[in-house]
Formats: sequence, structure tokens, C-alpha cells
Amino acid sequence: MNFYALFAQLLELAIALIMAPILNGWVNQCRAWLQNRSAPPLLQTYYTLSKLFHKDVLLAHNASSLFRAAPYLIFSCMALASAIVPTLSTELIFSPAADAIALVGLFALARVFIALAGMDVGTSFGSLGSRREMLIGFLAEPALLMVFFTVSLIAQSTSLSTIVETLAHREFVIYPSLAFAGVAFTMVSLAENARVPIDNPATHLELTMVHEAMILEYSGRHLALIEWAASLKLFAYSCLGIALFFPFGIPSAADPAALVVAAAILLVKLAMGGFVMALIETLSAKMRIFRVPEFLGTAFLLAVLAMLVHLLLETGQ
Amino acid sequence: MHEFLLIDWVLTTALVWLLIGLIGVVFQHNFTLISRVLFPLGAVCGLALAGLALSGIDGSPQVLVLPIGLPDLPFHLRLDALSSFFLLLLGATAAGISIYAAGYIRKGEGTAPGLQCLLYHLFLTSMAFVLLADDGYAFMVAWETMALSSFFLVTSEHRHDEIRRAGYLYLLVAHVGAVGILLSFGVMAGSAGDYTFDAMRDFPTLGIWPTIAFLLALFGFGAKAGLLPLHVWLPEAHPAAPSPVSAMMSGVMLKTAIYGLLRVSFDLLHAQLWWWGALLLLLGLASAIFGAIFSTVQTDMKRLLAYSSIENIGLIFVGFGLTLIFQSFAMPQLAALALVATLYHCLNHAFFKSLLFLCTGSVLHATRERNLGKLGGLIHRMPWVTWLALVGVLASAGLPPLNGFVSEWLLLQSFLFTSGLPQGYLNMLLPLVAGAIALIAALAGFAMVKFFGVVFLGQPREEKLAQAHDAGRLERIGLLWLAAGCLLLGLLPNVVITLLDPVTRQLVGSGLSFAASSHGWWLLAPISEDRASYSPAIFLGSIVVLMPLVYWVVNRRFRRRLKRVPPWDCGFPLQTSRMQDTAEGFGQPIRRIFSPFFKRTREHPSPFDTQPRYRSLVEDPFWYWLYLPIARIVGYGTRIIAFLQQGRIAIYLLYSFVTLIALLVWTRG
Repeated sequence: MNFYALFAQLLELAIALIMAPILNGWVNQCRAWLQNRSAPPLLQTYYTLSKLFHKDVLLAHNASSLFRAAPYLIFSCMALASAIVPTLSTELIFSPAADAIALVGLFALARVFIALAGMDVGTSFGSLGSRREMLIGFLAEPALLMVFFTVSLIAQSTSLSTIVETLAHREFVIYPSLAFAGVAFTMVSLAENARVPIDNPATHLELTMVHEAMILEYSGRHLALIEWAASLKLFAYSCLGIALFFPFGIPSAADPAALVVAAAILLVKLAMGGFVMALIETLSAKMRIFRVPEFLGTAFLLAVLAMLVHLLLETGQ
Repeated sequence: MHEFLLIDWVLTTALVWLLIGLIGVVFQHNFTLISRVLFPLGAVCGLALAGLALSGIDGSPQVLVLPIGLPDLPFHLRLDALSSFFLLLLGATAAGISIYAAGYIRKGEGTAPGLQCLLYHLFLTSMAFVLLADDGYAFMVAWETMALSSFFLVTSEHRHDEIRRAGYLYLLVAHVGAVGILLSFGVMAGSAGDYTFDAMRDFPTLGIWPTIAFLLALFGFGAKAGLLPLHVWLPEAHPAAPSPVSAMMSGVMLKTAIYGLLRVSFDLLHAQLWWWGALLLLLGLASAIFGAIFSTVQTDMKRLLAYSSIENIGLIFVGFGLTLIFQSFAMPQLAALALVATLYHCLNHAFFKSLLFLCTGSVLHATRERNLGKLGGLIHRMPWVTWLALVGVLASAGLPPLNGFVSEWLLLQSFLFTSGLPQGYLNMLLPLVAGAIALIAALAGFAMVKFFGVVFLGQPREEKLAQAHDAGRLERIGLLWLAAGCLLLGLLPNVVITLLDPVTRQLVGSGLSFAASSHGWWLLAPISEDRASYSPAIFLGSIVVLMPLVYWVVNRRFRRRLKRVPPWDCGFPLQTSRMQDTAEGFGQPIRRIFSPFFKRTREHPSPFDTQPRYRSLVEDPFWYWLYLPIARIVGYGTRIIAFLQQGRIAIYLLYSFVTLIALLVWTRG
């Protein structure tokens, strides 16, 4: 057993669990500034979580054990996902356990469970949300996988650690394929994290909500876990974007001092990423649900284009 | 008297199945004997067969000649790695289905239990013989027995018009397909006319003939497998059949077609051309996309699963095609990877699809309802079936850490290597297929969420569902066996890959066992660890550890109570169970996005209708594009030919007379 890998792994998991709600708060803060509102505190998500944890759970009469187990499962999945993405080091215990494809599978597992939980109580909004979530899911998943495939073809591997090592330690060349893939990835992550052009995390307006409709029946600690899991998902996606497109600064050698530097770099990158996300959310309006296929279809085509560009232009030499 | 070899044991097991069936029909009035002794015995036979096949998979091929059959062509049987693997699939799945069937069959439901016992076990025996046959004649006899016995099983409830129609359609497609297979054997046997597979192996088919043989076999086996456009029988026959039979047909019988095509293309034919693979891949992809899209809009739970079978068969053919492509470019290691994905998916599909079909059987018995729009909320009434169905649903949706994910992962991995193909267009286009596979897997997820959510979750949509009862004890054992199979096949990929090694060595001359065994049982890394790795054990392990940990921390730290209240639903007070999404509603986004795929008829009420009526019918466009025109042409042709049939004896005598004269003239000249 490699102790450095274990240490890096635990550190990464801890940072993910702690920083994820803060990242969420940061995005909300940036958005408020950009929209000329007075911003909530950075730790607002924590205050909400703490409030929810301290409340009783109100459970619908009809709710089954699947409904009660789902928050714990979704939270575990997201924690595992953020442990798999290499952010601080490429030497991780979990890095051989799952490659990029398995990571997509993990996100899909969480999605299926949250959709099932949405259908469990049997209300009109719950199943509406589940249906829409699965719609967004099956459109986003191929695009996400094509992004991973493009990167995998460049790195000749689907293992995230290998990808990061390859991309971080090559000579600085601009890959046009990565540019396309990056745009596609951004579009997919907006959709997957229920952000503005697709879904609005701040709304409870019946006709437009997707994610919120599914979790409408949750309360108390269950809701807290789901909210936390949602912020973990945002964190994991941000880290994934950093790992694939801006991997500079992620150390591959076993050096504890490098971990500290890496953590600092990561925070800067995350802050910038969060600001960009808030900017996108401010500049775009939420679209109708039946425009979503066009949006995600565009993302898929961009990812395909990225792959073709890679195969045509970057492998010939 | 020769030594009792493994193949003799396998043969004996298959014949014991037949014997069980015969006993069942002899003592057909003794229901307890049939359901409590014979069917469980059949399950034991299945286990025995699986065990025998397991030990035979890496042995050397064994042959046996039975002194029955045609005068100059006795039955040749052969047990090699390929047939052992499929026998293992048959035995292991049949074990679960038989024990389930023991609890499932009822008196006064369709065909009498004694006869059903005979047909069911005859079906099993014939499938075993299909896998063992080593000459064209034995193969065709077994193949036809399989088709006929399953036809009678499908039409078990033959008093219903639609079931008779479904059975007829099934029989028709099966026989059109059988003609293709027969002709293919004819081509391979060549002018020598020796129908043993040994002779076909040695016969150097040259020029265009291998291609013709391959295309005929593709047509014949494709019809049985449900490949586009010959898939139409599947969604009709599967709902019509009793659930254990649907499970057997979808789980195992479709795989005999895969077996047949594998046998023909790798064992009997020598040269593999790349465009064969491309054709297979294209057809498979079309079937998979078509099946996935159609399964999401179905409103009958067994039809939904039938379309999902088309999707999975499509994926299997995609892997098969890729294997052929790699093999034709002499890349045996990659061909082995793709072949492992293909065979693995065969095994996985056999387990999860039979599990799901059996679950629908339990639901059907408990509620008498196949229509998704009239089910719901069964998780409270049928916990066993629900949780075991959840395993099947997750496996079928291709989610880690269950088995469906492993084969899809392997398939995607093998597509990553297609950019290295030495063919200008293939290496551009094939990597894109991976995107389509991702779409198919995601659509399968959609269909499975719909299936599970509508049937088992939510509120009961009908009053009578409150009386639903859970599956019986024997049924539970069968379901548990299959669910455990789904879990173990997902958790132990390296064991399965090592098992598949002799098969891939036999077919493409290379294997993955070295790469599989060098990382320990828990880490799947088919090429190298740097390249790609996946560990289902760590996956499941971390979730199993994390979940109780989070539960413990949260509940210990905060200690808040849990109160049962009416659902909130944004404060909307007048909730009824009719306000949940129906199956139609859940499929609505798909119908809208993929509207060109469907043939739709809709009746929408206007706001002023006093008796509003909503109807939406989604049909398979292939009926209108392909089958009805063919049916019209055939009908027209028969009307012309019917002119010959005047119904008067003098005319028929005239025909004989004219024929005689013509023959005389011909022999003279």
C-alpha cells in the first residue's frame, strides 16, 4: 500500500467535501455581483445545510425505503466521483478503480437513483422532473463520452491519471480538438449540474423546474444530503474540466510539498471557473425544455467535431 | 464401448431434460409432480449442464457420432470451447428459469401443465442440440425443433386472437430464416455435398461463395436474433408467451442465433472480409438505436423488454462486427478484446433480461395486468420482486457495478482502438460509433427508469393493485439466482475473461487472459493499467462502506425525528394517482425528439368536446415500409399461382400428362 497515494486521496476527498458547498456559495456570490444584487455570504450553503440537518424529516405517506435510501446513495456516489477525479495528484488509490467511462457510469447511477426517487411518492411534479432529468441525461451522456473519447485518443488512454499526466507534461501546443471538446464539455456540465440555460437551481416555478421537481418531496437531512451531493457534483465537474483542459500544476511525483502548492493552484482555478460559470449564467436566459435537445445536440456535434479534428489534423504527422 | 467422455455427459444431461418432459406428459394429471419435482429437476439439470460446460470450456474438442439421422449422414456432435460457452449460458440461465417456472405454472392457464412441461423441456433439449450439432442436418433438425417447440409455448394461450397472430408471425419469420441457414449450409457444403461441419471447414470455398454463404447465414440467424429489419416478431411473440418462456426465448434462444453466426463466420468460413464486419456493425447499430428508441415509448411492460432485447442484440452485433473488422486486418489481440465484449454481453443479457422477464411474470400473476398505465406502487406490495427487478434494471441500463456495464465498457474500450485501423474511412468513422453506443446506453437507462418507476414506484394506478401479492418461494429462488448472476458477473470480470480465453483463442487466435490475470481479481485492465482500468469491487466496496457511514454520522450527529405526512407537491391539495406520469407521458419527450422514427396516429380532443377522447398510437414503421408491401406482393403472386388450381380432377391429370410429355421430350433431346 502506497502511503502517499492514500494520503493524497484522503486529502483530496476532504477538500472536495469541504470546498464543494463553498464553491456553490462562490458561484452564487459572483452571480449576485454580476446581477447588481447584494451577495449572500460565501458560507451560505453551509448555513442552509446546517439548517436542514437540524430539521425533522417530513416523509410522504407513500414514500418507500428506496426513497429514504436514495440520498445516502447519491451522496456516496458523488463523494466517490470527486475522489476519482485527479485534482491534487495523479497518484491516487482510487485512480485505477475507475477510468473516464466508469466515471460517466457513476454519474449515471446517481442520476437513475434520483430519478427513481422522484417517481417514488407518485406526485405529478416528481415524475415530471424525473422524465426531464432522464431526457437531459440521455442527451448529455453521449456528448460527455465523446469529449472523453477525444481526450483519450490524444492520451492513448481512458485512465484519468494517465490523461492528466500526458496533457500536463507535454510541450505547450494548442490542440484545436481540445478547444472544441472544451466548449462541448462546458455545455454538458451546465446541463448536468442543472445550471441556467437548461435548468434554474433557484426556481420553484412549476413549469420550468427539473432538478427541483424531482427532489420536491425531500426535507430535513435527506434534502441536506441531496443538496450537498449536488454541490459535490458541481465540484467534481469543475475539477474534471480543470483536469482535462487546464491540468498544469497537478503534480505527478510523490511529493507532499507539491500537494500544498497543487491545492493552492486548484483553489485559484476553481475560483476562476466559478466566476466563468456565473458569467455564463448571467448572460444567458433559461431555455424551453424542448430547446434542450438542440443545445445538447450542438454539444454532441462539437465533441464529434473535436474527435474528427483530432483524427484528421493531429494524428497524420 | 468407449470411455464416457464429457460430451457424453452433456448429451445425457440434455436427454434427461427430454425425459423429464416425457414424464410430465405421461403423468399429466399429477400437478404436484410436475411443478414440485419435474421443473426443479430440470433446474438441477441446468446446473449440471453449466458445470459440465464450465469444465469443458478449456478442454480439447470432443466429437461423437450418434447412429440416428439420415442413412448416410448420422448425427455428428461436437463439444468445443465455443459450444461449451453457450452451453454454460444455456444451463446457468435455464437453472434460474426452471426453478422459477416450477412456482409459476398454474393449472387452467393456457396449455395444460403436463404438455407445457414437455414443450418446455423439449425446447431446452433442442437448444442444447443446436449448440452441440456438428453437421448441417443435425443442426437444422435441432433448429426446427427449437422453433416449433417454442412456437407451441408462445401460443400457450391460443384462445386469444392476438396471441395466435403473434405465434403465426413468429413461425413465419423463423421458417424464412431457417431457409436462409439451410441455403448457407448448402453453399458451404459445395458440390461435394458433405454436410458435416468438418467437411465444410476443409472445403476451400473460393471467390464469391464465402460471401454468399455469409450473407445467407446472416439473413437466417439475423431473423432468429431479431436484427433489423427482421425484428418484428420479437415485440409480438414475447408478450404473448408465458413469462418463463419469454425469458428463455429472449435470454437464451436469441443467443443461439449469435452462436450460429459465430460458428459460420469464424469456424466454418476461413476468410473474413472487413466489409462483412462493417455490414454487421451497421445492422447492429441500427437495431440497437431502433430498439432503444422504441423501448422507451412502449406502454406494455413485456413489449418494452422485447424492444430492449432488440437493442441488446444490436449491441452484440456491433461487437461481433468489430471483431470481424479487427480480424480481417490481422489484429488478433484487438479482435479478442471485441469478441470478449461480445460474448460477455451475451452472457450478461441472458441473465438480466431473463430476470426482468420473470419479474414481469410475477407482476402479471399478482395483478393480471401488462399495461404500464394500470400498474404502479408495487414496491409496497411486492418487495422481493421490486428489489430483484431493480438489480436487473440497473444491469440492463448499463450502470456500474453490475454486469451490463462491464461489457459496454469493454465494447467502448475496443472502439477506442479503431482509430489505428489501416483503412482510411474506417479509422475516421468507427470511433464515432462509440458516441452512438453511449446514446444507446443512455436511452436504455431512460427506458429502464420508466419501466421500474411506472411499475413499482409511485401510487397504485388501479384499486385492485392493493391485493397484489409477492412472488412465491420457488419464484424467489429463481429470481435470486439470476440477480446473483448479474451481480457476480459484474463484480468478477477477470474470472469471466479468463473463462472466455479458450473461446477467443479458438475463434480469433488470441486471448486476454494474461492481461486479465496480471492485476489480481479485482482490477479489470484488458490491455494495460495505464491504458484503462476499472474495478467493480472497489466501486461497490466504497459505496457499501460510504452509505452506512454517512447514515451513521448523519443520524448520530443530528438525531432528528421522521414524521409521516401527506405529500407536499408544491402545495397542490387534490392529488390522485391519475396525476402521475403515465407510460405515455414518460415517453413523450422521446416521441417528440425522435418523431421521424415512428408512425404515429393521434386523436386529440378539442376544448369543446363533450366527451373528450385522447388516443396516441405509436407503431413500427417497418410494417408499412417493408412488410405490408411484401405481403401484398406475395398475396398477388399466390392469386396468380392459384389460377393453376382449378379444383377439377381432369385439369390435374392434364398437368401430369403435360409434365410427362415434357420430361420425355427433355430426356430424348
